This record gives sequence, structure tokens and C-alpha cells, in this order.
Amino acid sequence: MTKLKVNGKLVEIDVDASTPLLWVLREQLGLTGTKYSCGIGLCGACTVHIDGEAVRSCLLPVSALQAKQEITTIEGLSADADHPLQQAWQQLDVPQCGYCQPGMIMSAAALLKSKPDPSDADIDANVTNICRCGTFNRVRRGIHLAADLNRSSKTGDNEHEEA
Amino acid sequence: MMKQRVNISRRDFLIGSVTAGAGFSLGLYLPADTGVALAVGEDNAAENSEVTAWVVIQQDDTVTIRIARSEMGQGTLTGLAQLVAEELECDWSKVKTEYPTPGQSLARDRVWGSFSTGGSQGIRGSHQYVRKGGAVAREMLIEAAAESWDVAKEECSVASSVITHKPTGRTTTYGKVASAAAEMIPPLEVELKDPKEWKLIGKPVKRLDTADKLTGKQVFGADLQLPGMLNASIKACPVFGGKLVSFDAAKVSKMPGVRAVVAVEDNAVAVVADSWWQANTALDALPVTWDKGENAEVSSVSIEQMLDQGLRAKDAFVGNTVGDAKTALKGAVKQVEATYGYPFQNHATMEPMNATALWTEDRCEVWCPTQNGEAALQAAAKAAGLPAEKCEVYKIHLGGGFGRRGAFHDFVTQAVAIAKQMPGTPVKLLWTREEDMQHGHYHPITKAKMVGGLDDKGNLNSLHIRISGQSILAAVNPGWMQNGVDMFTFQGLLPDGDHAISYTVPSLLVEHAMRNPPVPPGFWRGVNVNQNAIYMECFIDELAHAAGKDPLQFRRSLMADHPKSLAVLDAVAEKAGWSKPAGKGMFRGLAVCKAFASYVAACAEVSVDDNGKLKIHRIVAATDPGHAVNPQQIEAQVEGSFVYGLSALLYGGCTIKGGSVEQQNFDSYPSMLISEMPEVDVIVMPSGGFWGGIGEPTIAVAAPAVLNAIFAATGKRIREFPLSNTDLRPALDA
Ligand code: FES
Ligand code: FES
Repeated sequence: MTKLKVNGKLVEIDVDASTPLLWVLREQLGLTGTKYSCGIGLCGACTVHIDGEAVRSCLLPVSALQAKQEITTIEGLSADADHPLQQAWQQLDVPQCGYCQPGMIMSAAALLKSKPDPSDADIDANVTNICRCGTFNRVRRGIHLAADLNRSSKTGDNEHEEA
Repeated sequence: MMKQRVNISRRDFLIGSVTAGAGFSLGLYLPADTGVALAVGEDNAAENSEVTAWVVIQQDDTVTIRIARSEMGQGTLTGLAQLVAEELECDWSKVKTEYPTPGQSLARDRVWGSFSTGGSQGIRGSHQYVRKGGAVAREMLIEAAAESWDVAKEECSVASSVITHKPTGRTTTYGKVASAAAEMIPPLEVELKDPKEWKLIGKPVKRLDTADKLTGKQVFGADLQLPGMLNASIKACPVFGGKLVSFDAAKVSKMPGVRAVVAVEDNAVAVVADSWWQANTALDALPVTWDKGENAEVSSVSIEQMLDQGLRAKDAFVGNTVGDAKTALKGAVKQVEATYGYPFQNHATMEPMNATALWTEDRCEVWCPTQNGEAALQAAAKAAGLPAEKCEVYKIHLGGGFGRRGAFHDFVTQAVAIAKQMPGTPVKLLWTREEDMQHGHYHPITKAKMVGGLDDKGNLNSLHIRISGQSILAAVNPGWMQNGVDMFTFQGLLPDGDHAISYTVPSLLVEHAMRNPPVPPGFWRGVNVNQNAIYMECFIDELAHAAGKDPLQFRRSLMADHPKSLAVLDAVAEKAGWSKPAGKGMFRGLAVCKAFASYVAACAEVSVDDNGKLKIHRIVAATDPGHAVNPQQIEAQVEGSFVYGLSALLYGGCTIKGGSVEQQNFDSYPSMLISEMPEVDVIVMPSGGFWGGIGEPTIAVAAPAVLNAIFAATGKRIREFPLSNTDLRPALDA
């Protein structure tokens, strides 16, 4: 049995220890917001947070994780889809097909956490997710808008599950 | 005469989908509002009235608009809903959408028309009848209200789902009269609004499908979970046309979760397991023997020879001819010649191919992302060995389509073939990225030899374009060919129509020597304008350079009879500031094209540093699609088409070795990232009077505009792609 803490809840899973976190989330826990696209760590569709840091879950075996580590998926990013990024994304109609978007949002959320007011260069360096639909310019605007929303909301931490 | 009504209740649907063995109904397991079409249902006919095939209204005034085409990111769902709602005069804030199923379409004599979502047809191919569907419903609703008040219909007006009897001021709402309206005889004729009266069409309203895409709630095909469902991973013979000989199931059958190892058709093997990860792990360990067949020696080199032969061949199909170009070329004061080539490219949708199938002896159901539900249904029926009437397909929003999921349903055929070997158990087949990369239906490969002749004033007087290479139609839809000619090959170079050439050349000959290597081709976002616009627009630049003329003025001199093309070209030139020098170290390039009935142009601004590093700073784009239904979504599509087109230009090349595609994943087939994305300035300039496409046209101009800017920066003409194969360092250009 592997013990994990996902979106604030402790869960026990019975899988082969080499199973990547991505497939545990998707298949054992039914958290299908985290996507499979390349399986080799290149596209970012599988991005989740581990202790607040963006991690590509397709290459990470569950055996490498400990129960005390906080795993956050897109489903746990906010309680009511009100993370500043989700608000900004809604306002700017960022997604096209949407398949890459959970990973995109999770990468951006980790960036905002470490750099609340990221520059374009910060975005270039940290949001390296592939989007075949081509939402990049709205993603960039969305991150800047979320930074603005964050500042004006004054609530400090909007990532409920990762306080 | 009573209008014929078909009531398909949710209850009926659930009963219909309960299978003998599994004993479940899908409705219990799918979260609500996920975008997964359950069925066109009426939970309760009293609350939920189908006024026309396109419009269902609930007592609380919720309007559900049916959408036959598929949403794959391009925004067609919202655009089509706008078209219906415009005529319906309903409250936009209460609009929802649903997909009718292909099975219902079959049962109702294709009342929703074509389901095919490709060729930028979503809106331009159905605007007339979907608007009519909204207008007819509006008339029936007004009539129902007038009847209930016992007044003349003409005395009533309507706005935002509220019907008003003007003389008395009495009002009612759509929800209140919907069930009565559903019984009205639909008017045979309705007048559609004059575009000047449009209130919703042309407005940058927000997409209807965004919310679930922000929370992980949106269910894609790859995410589908059905009770009792097993998961499959598949491997087909990596050599095109090769066959499966044998596999050693015993080696993997004891591995965790493995339920079955099955042959799929004659060329693939799949492992079925409790989870997909288990299935794929076992598949990786499965010993398989292939018969590579006759294509085992096919390579990029052998294909290139085949295409080169086509460039020289005597015979070729003619796509466009004006005067006698060959003779005129001989008399030219100056001849310019260049040969271009364009590679195979994979669609690489972010969501790999997948489908879920449930087969029993007398029914087959499939859940899948598809650009053409009707074609998916046919594929399912064929693979199931059942009549289409006994099959059903539930469409799911696509994680990208780009042409991969429209004409081809190999993933459906395979999923059904697997499910057929496990009657009563739903099986989800999900391809790995590697499988997806190696078993695509690739952007066709072509080369083009361009010869142009200039007169003594440096004017273009003759042009001969010889294309050699693959025909999509020959492989995919021979029935669409005309006397053996694939007119699609000439997109962007044709004498007239949706893909007309943008110039008048006194003597012109455009030919295609068809050469079909054994690598399956397919439609691709933009399809043949992607390379044809590079051939044409880069070569026009070469000619302008040879004539010592400004590329904008050289083009303009050939465009007097192409005013709409000229207008978009002028628009980008002006906005980009073409007449003034670009900033220090910045260089510009132009391109113009007509594609999918829209007129598009681009001006790119790039720099290339001493290390040969290219930076695309900005692209100004203009499109005249006739009517612009949702300008902000058009902007999104222009930007998106540039990402797809520039990724293709920079990195998109599939090479062949030993009869297989060499690229396996995004390491060898990269896609551009946010750091490479230029600023995009979109000019939407609808001139009215026609309906052009949106999703594809602008892809055509991205690459040639950038290439022409690279020439301006480096003096290098790049004629082979992807660009990542070329060294752009100026020093090496001696
Ligand atoms: S699926 Fe993990 S990075 Fe692509
Ligand atoms: S929105 Fe479709 S891949 Fe990014």
C-alpha cells in the first residue's frame, strides 16, 4: 500500500511502486484533470504541484513520494474555480481545446507562487508546456492578469489546498 | 398536419444503453455538464420541448442549442450557437449546447445535416440552415403565444426570450409557451435577418465551453471512465503496410492487471488490463513478430528520388493555365528558378488517439473524440459487424483535431475490434504518443519547381509551377477526384473559387505530377495551402528581388483584379509600417493567400543574431472572412493557426527509415513554446457578402511571411523544411 496526500486528503493506493504518479491520479483516484500526452516529461500536460512546486507527474514513480508531501492537482487548485489564474483564464477565454490547460494552469500557478509578479522572461522560462492549439499569447496575458488580480484581492494565498 | 416529433427520453436512452452483461447506464457515471454528449434527451417532455431539431427549451427559459459539428478548440460550438440564437432572439445568458448523436441523425434522416468538422466548414458550411432552425423556432414560439392570447401573430414582438403583445403590453416567455410551440406547424419559409440587424453575430461573446476546461472537470475521450471498463494499449506494425505475424502472450499474461492480449485486425496487437498503465507496461514487454512487407526499404531518400522524378516527368495534371507559360518563359528577359520541398508532418494533437467501445452481439456503442460523428458511426458499424442502426457513437470534445480525427477513424475500428473480443465489457483504447507519432495520416509530402520569367521592365510575365508529390484524395477519398486529378493539391493556386491564386500572371502553368509514396497522407490544418503558399509567396519574393523591386509593390502590381486580397495585404503592410524602415536589426516579410474562401495576409518581423538564432518578434495578420461571427475567437484562431503553422515551419518534419516514421515523441518532433511565440496583431476586416473559413486560412501566411523576413535578415532563401535543419548564421552564407 502506498500512502499519498492528494488535494489535502490522505489516500491509500494499491499499485506497483513503479507506477508513475500521473496514472495513479488518473486511474486509481479518478483525477483525470491531469493529462497524459507525451509520457516523457516534455509537454507539461501532466503537471501537478508537489509541496507547491510544479512537477511533471508522468515520470515520477509513486515510490518516490512520501505521505507527508502535499500533492495538488488541478481539481484541488481552488475550492470554487476562483484561483486568480482560473478567473483570468475565464475572463480572457484562454483555452481552446483545453487539453493542455490544466497543466498550463498548474505551471503558471507554481510560478505565481514563487514570483507573484512574473516578467515575460520568467514566464518564458517557467511555463514550458506544449499547446498545439496555440493559446500562448492569451496564457501570457492571463498570467499577468492573474498577478494583477492577486495584488488587488489582498488575500495573499489563493491556493486553498496548499496554504 | 402535425409536426412530427420524436421524443427520445432520457429514460429510453438509459434503458437502451443498459447491456446484458454489465447492467449499467452511462448516465449514472458521467458528471453532469462535462461536455460529454449523453443523448438528445427529454427528461420530461413537459419541461423540455424540442421546438425545432436545433432548439430545445425548458420551462425555466433555458435554451439548449444542438450542435452537429464538433468542438475541438476552434470555437465552432459557440459560433454556431450564436447563429441560432441570433435568429431565435433568445436570452444568450441562458443558452446551453448539446451534441445530437450520429445514431439519432441516422434515425431522423440527417435532420442536423453534416457532422463533418473540417475544411473550416463549421460555420461557413451550415450558417444558412442553423440560422433557419433558430428563425423557425422563433416563429413557432410567437405563434404559440399569439394563439394563447387569441391575437394576431403580427401584433407580437420578441426580444431576449420574452414575447410581447404590443397593443396590450402583455408578455410571456419562451419557456412558458415552448411546449405549445412544439406542436405548431413549422412555417415553410422564414426570412433571415439582414446582416445589418445582427445583434449577437459579430459580437465578441465569451465561449460557452470554458469553465470546465479550467478545473479538470472537462472529460476528454482519454479521460472517460465507465463502470467495469478495461483499458487497452496498442502497437501496430511500425512499417506502413506491414502485418502482425505472432506474439507471445504467455510472457505477459501473468503481469499485474493483464486480462487479455489480442490481435487487432491483421496489423496490430493490444494488451487489455485493469488500468492503462498496466496494459502499456505489459505491451512494452510483449514479444511481437512483424512481417514488414514490401515497404521495409522505403526511406526519405527513396521518396525524394520519386518526387524528383515527378519534377522532371513529361506528364502532369494541370490545375491552372493562362496563355502559354512555357513559350513565354523562353522569351523572358530574365528567368528565375528555384525548387522547394515540404515534408511529412504529424498532427500531434495533445490528446493522443483514443476510443472506448462496448460491443455485444446486437449492439455496439462507442465514445470518442471525432471530427465527424457520422463517419465514426460507420467505422464502428463496420468493425462491429452490425448495421449502423444498431450502433451509436457519443461524441466527446476533442483534445485537438487538426484533420487527424475526421477522415480517419482507425482508433474507432481498433477499439471495436478489441471490444468485440470481450463482449459486454467496455474497453478504452488509448494510444501512446509514440503510437500516435508513428501511425499518423501525415501532412502530404511534395516538392515544387518554380520557374518565373521577367520582362525588360522587371514585370512578371510568365510562371511555371510544377508540383510533384502526394495526393491526399488518392489515398483517402478517390471519389472526390476529377478524372484522376486531385484538385486539392492546387489549393491556393487555382484559377477561382475558395482557393484561388491571389495574382494575375499573363502566362501561367500550374501542374501536379502525382507521386504517392506508401506513407498514409491526410488532411491537416490548412492542408495544401501550407506548402503552396510557401512555394508561391517565397518565390514571388525571389522574383521581386530578382527584379530589384519592393516585395509589396511587386505583389501589388499583380493584384489589380484581386481587390480583397489586395485589401488584406495593404492592411498588414500599413499596420506593420512597411513603408518605413523596421527597427534596428529587425527585418520584415510579407505573404498573402486566399484559403477556405477567406482572404488573408501577414507581415512578419524577425531578427537573426550572429549565432543564427531566429526570433520572430511580431506578426501582423489580416483576415477578411466575409462575415466575422465572433471577432475575439477569430483572433484566437489566428494566433492558434500561427502556432501550428510556425511549429510546422520550425520543427515539423517526419522522416522515413525502414518504412517507418523515425520520430517518436516531442523530443524528435518538437512543438514551439511560449518563449518562441511572437506578438500577433490581428486585423479582422469582414467585407460582407460571403462566408469564409476561420480556423485554417491564416496558417498559410505564417510560414512564408517569416521565411521572407529571414531572407531580408540573412540573404538566405530556405527551401527545405523544417527550419531547424538550416543554419541561419550569416557568416556561412558566403
Ligand atoms: S505527459 Fe508528462 S510531460 Fe507530457
Ligand atoms: S488548448 Fe488545445 S492543446 Fe492547448
